[in-house]
This record gives sequence, C-alpha cells and structure tokens, in this order.
Amino acid sequence: MEKYLEILNYTIYGAAILLLLIGLYGALTKKSLIKIVLGLSIMDSGVHLLMIAIGYLKNGTAPIFSPGHENEMSKMVDPVPQALVLTAIVIGFGVTAVALALVIRLYKHHNTLRIDEIKNLKW
Amino acid sequence: MKKAIILISLTILGVYLIDIFTGIGFGTAHFASGVKDAYLIGSKETLKVSNVVTSIVVNFRGFDTLGEVTVLFLASMALGGILYKKRHDVGERSVLFPSTRIVMSGAKLLFPSIVLLGAYVFIHGHLSPGGGFQGGTIIATGFLLMLITYRNYSVSHQRLSYIESSAGIIFIGIGLAGYFINGSFLSNVLPAGKLNDLFSGGVIGIIYVAVGFKVAAELTGIIYTVLHEKD
Amino acid sequence: MIYLILTFILILLMIGAAIYAIWQKDLLYAVIASGIISLFLSILFVILQAPDVALTEAAIGVALTTIIFIIAIRNTVRYEDEHDKKVKKKEQLKSAEQ
Repeated sequence: MEKYLEILNYTIYGAAILLLLIGLYGALTKKSLIKIVLGLSIMDSGVHLLMIAIGYLKNGTAPIFSPGHENEMSKMVDPVPQALVLTAIVIGFGVTAVALALVIRLYKHHNTLRIDEIKNLKW
Repeated sequence: MKKAIILISLTILGVYLIDIFTGIGFGTAHFASGVKDAYLIGSKETLKVSNVVTSIVVNFRGFDTLGEVTVLFLASMALGGILYKKRHDVGERSVLFPSTRIVMSGAKLLFPSIVLLGAYVFIHGHLSPGGGFQGGTIIATGFLLMLITYRNYSVSHQRLSYIESSAGIIFIGIGLAGYFINGSFLSNVLPAGKLNDLFSGGVIGIIYVAVGFKVAAELTGIIYTVLHEKD
Repeated sequence: MIYLILTFILILLMIGAAIYAIWQKDLLYAVIASGIISLFLSILFVILQAPDVALTEAAIGVALTTIIFIIAIRNTVRYEDEHDKKVKKKEQLKSAEQ
C-alpha cells in the first residue's frame, strides 16, 4: 500500500513528460500547419509544468510573507523557477502569435495548408 | 511505417526522461547552492517586499524583464508588418453574427469591473500574488470583450502607441537613474519602507505600474490588428 | 490525501484533452481542447503552491491563445482534410463523366 502511495508521488513528472511527448508527436506527424503550431503550444505547457514541479517542497507554502506568517522561511517552495516560468509563458504566447500570422500569409499565397503541397523550396 | 518508427523512438525518449527525473526526487530540497536562501533573506531584510517572486523578477533579475518586454514589442511589430493590408473602416463589421441584447448589456456592465480588477492586480503587485504581466493581460481581456460585442467600437491606434512608448521610456529612465546615482543599472534609488506597506520596496512599484500599462497596450494592439484585417 | 486524489483526477482530464486535441479533425474542437488544457494546468499550479504563475497561465493560455487560434482558423480552412475532400470530389466527377 505504501508503494502505491509512493508511485502516486511521481505522477506529476509523468504528466509533464507525457504532455511533452504528445505535443512532439503532433508536431512531427500531422500534415496541416495549424495542427503543427498547436502541437508546439502543447509542448510549451509541458515544459512549464516540469520546471515548477522541480521546485516543490513537501508540505510547503507559497513564497509570500503575508502578515502573520512572516517566520516560515524554511518551509517555502523555491521561488526562482517560478520567476523563470513567468517570463517563459509570455514569450511562448508571442511566438505562437507570430507563427500564426505567417500561416495566414502562407495560405493566401498557396491556397492550401498541407506541408506536402508547398514545394517551392525543394528541387 | 513512419508512424511506428516515431512512436517507438518517442517511447524510448520518454522512458529515459522518467528515469532521470525519478532519480532526482519529488518534494525534497535538492539545490545545494544557497541561491534560494539568499533571495528569501534579501527580499525580507534589505528590500522589505512581501512577494518574493516580484522582487526576483523586478530587482534581482531585472534585466531579464527588460528582455521580455523587448520580445513582446518585437512580436507586435512583426504581427503588424506581416498582416497589414487594409483595415476595416469604423462601422464595418468583422464578426459575422449580430450580438443579442443580453450580450450587449452584460458586456457594457462588465467592462469597468474588469479594468478595475486589472488595475488592482498590478498596483498591489508587491503585496499579494499578481504583478504587471497579470494585470495587463486582464485589461486586454476586457478590451477583447468589447471589441467582439459591439459593431462600431474602436480603440484609436495612435493613443495605444503613445501609451506603450511612454511606459517603455519610464522603465528605461528609472534604470538609467539608478545607473547615474548608484553605479549599476536598475538599482534601487528610493528608500525601502516597512514590510507589508503600500509604499515599500522603493522603485519596484513604479516599474510594475509602467510594465502593466505597456503590456495592456501591446496586447490590445495585437488583438485589434488581428481582428480587423481585411482581404 | 484529498490533494492526491484531486491531482490524479486533474492529470487524467488534462492528458485526455491533449490526446483529443491531436486526434480530432475538426480544428475548432481541437483549439477549445487546448484551452481546457491551460485551464486544468492553472489549477495544478495552485496545488503546487505557485499563485503568480497560475494567474498568468489562466489569463494568457485560456483567453488570448484561443482567440488568436480562432482568428487564424477563420481566415484559412476549418477541417484538417479539406484538401483531401476536394481532390476526392474532383476524381469522382471525372470518373462519373467518363
């Protein structure tokens, strides 16, 4: 029984790696350009979950010194990965927006969205 | 055939990654370099700011925030450059169906509350969870609601440009003031007050207000450009 | 104990929405499934004691990413295999002529 509770502790790592692999499969296999950009966005979510899951402390609290809780410095979770993920979410949105603008221009030029029909760069 | 090869190689990659991360461990403190303790003590004693993530984002690693603001600015420039062909005139519709009466009255009532919530979140960024990016995004969501509902609602692009540029200039101006007074870019020039006070943390509150305005104006500009593009 | 059960249910729903988003051919349903992934991810961030990140992910992932994808779908095709359907229809017309 203890072993099952122990494995349940690692499910967050498994979920983050599974999201990463599902996004990567979608970006490698699908033929429509919008599906590929969707796969890249799902991969971003997986990486952010993995980074925050590393900084977690068992029975920890949020890193905020609110009035009345000012002496709990030894039980706080790690605030450095949270600062990095805050920047990464905003930049991921910016990259998705520019990629979709390029997809719209590509559709207006070639009138199709499948990547095996757009063959201008091959010989 | 290709799908089978991709599935097998992704499974091998997944097993390898899970092996690494279960070796690290979940819920135990495993960074031994002392950076976390230095930031927690520095934020409580030196800067007197309650929200430690805010003090890391604005003060201890403030140069990365400058880089992120620059990346957002470049993204909105690139979007405007790629998609600009001709804009709708004010009065022409860009969504297909007319809105019902319930949606129109509800949006008109909700819009001031959403802007007020966004302003509260970025003003009290150093006291409770929140900050410039969160508050700016909430305000952009409010503008999106009004743009979808009404036929002739428009935000003037000139004014958004002015707000965004002046907020960026205030950010860099505070950094240069820190350079000329103290010798390093983005250092703290105002006195730090008491813990959990509204005017604590020196220059952190002012920087976050500027970042909140800038992010709100930028995201509203991106949504407006994408919605009103005409064939 | 209650946190473990809640985490497990949220993770199952999130992985289910991810598989649905990649598998579905109607692109509008796939985009709404990606919005659901961001919503459950934001609740998971609160359970992992990171409230700033949860606010940012809820505001950006649910509202803004979904609206940008929907505008991109409006200006291009809606179904993933629209090209295949057009080619099949052309071949059917050609074989019906002959």
